[in-house]
Amino acid sequence: MTETIVNWVIAIFMLSSGIFTLLAAVGILRLPDLMTRMHASTKAGALGVALMMIAAMLHFNDLVVMAKALAVIMFILITAPIAAHAIGRAGYFVGVPIWVNTVKDELFNRYDSDTHRLRSGLETEEELKKMKTSNKDKPRIRVTTKK
Amino acid sequence: MIGFMWNLLLAVTWVVLTGDVGGINLLFGLFVGYLVLGVMQRQIPSLRGYTRRLPRLLKFIAFFSKELVVANLTVAFDIITPVWHMKPGVIAMPLEAKTELEITMVANLISLTPGTLSLDVSDDRRVLFIHAMFLDNEQELRDSLKDMERRVLGILR
Repeated sequence: MTETIVNWVIAIFMLSSGIFTLLAAVGILRLPDLMTRMHASTKAGALGVALMMIAAMLHFNDLVVMAKALAVIMFILITAPIAAHAIGRAGYFVGVPIWVNTVKDELFNRYDSDTHRLRSGLETEEELKKMKTSNKDKPRIRVTTKK
Repeated sequence: MIGFMWNLLLAVTWVVLTGDVGGINLLFGLFVGYLVLGVMQRQIPSLRGYTRRLPRLLKFIAFFSKELVVANLTVAFDIITPVWHMKPGVIAMPLEAKTELEITMVANLISLTPGTLSLDVSDDRRVLFIHAMFLDNEQELRDSLKDMERRVLGILR
């Protein structure tokens, strides 16, 4: 009896994992711009993998498999947002066009592509002055300029 | 983090001493280690507050998994329906987190919840720029992000 219940639970986990991963793929194809695509691909994918690993844990019911599955979930949860952040940020600053229906952009004009400075918009006057004079102290992105 | 490592070490010691390798005994070892650390934490500065933080961490994991599934479903719904319901946009969120670890954790967890993607932190580390997919109710979104940040800081501090 318990075995059939466990089997059902495993089936549900596996199926929903497959559905989420499929949705991530459909999202990459359908969504209009880079940023929204990052939303779909990373998160739904991460959740899909996590669900699949939980199903594996339940199926094998073994300490070693459990430890490995937990490690896989941990790694996915740590690396997926970093990759999404890196790609999204690079795309935004390089100037990949964003969707026409985007309602709001508070980052617009805050980033200086010459000095690679990103202002928060909360600075006082003094801090802004200081920032301008010390442009070359700490570039956010190291750029090698050849003359 | 150090507290949890000690807890794990105590649990392993318990398993070795009792000579019974198994999941349930390991869990019991964790529990015993937790009690021991609860007694010891007053004396050792780096362990202080550990027993208070662990239940918060567990609560946060439960809260976060729920959030992850619900938010994923809303994004999934928007993907399958032919009309776009989303109103994407970039918002600036003032940060309460100060140290690098705190900011990293907050930004990562915000990136992990579907519908929000952290883009960048300003140079003075006061503001986190977030790309959000559903800006129908901006104040609500900001409140939920703040709530998440507060929970993360409750665990780390």
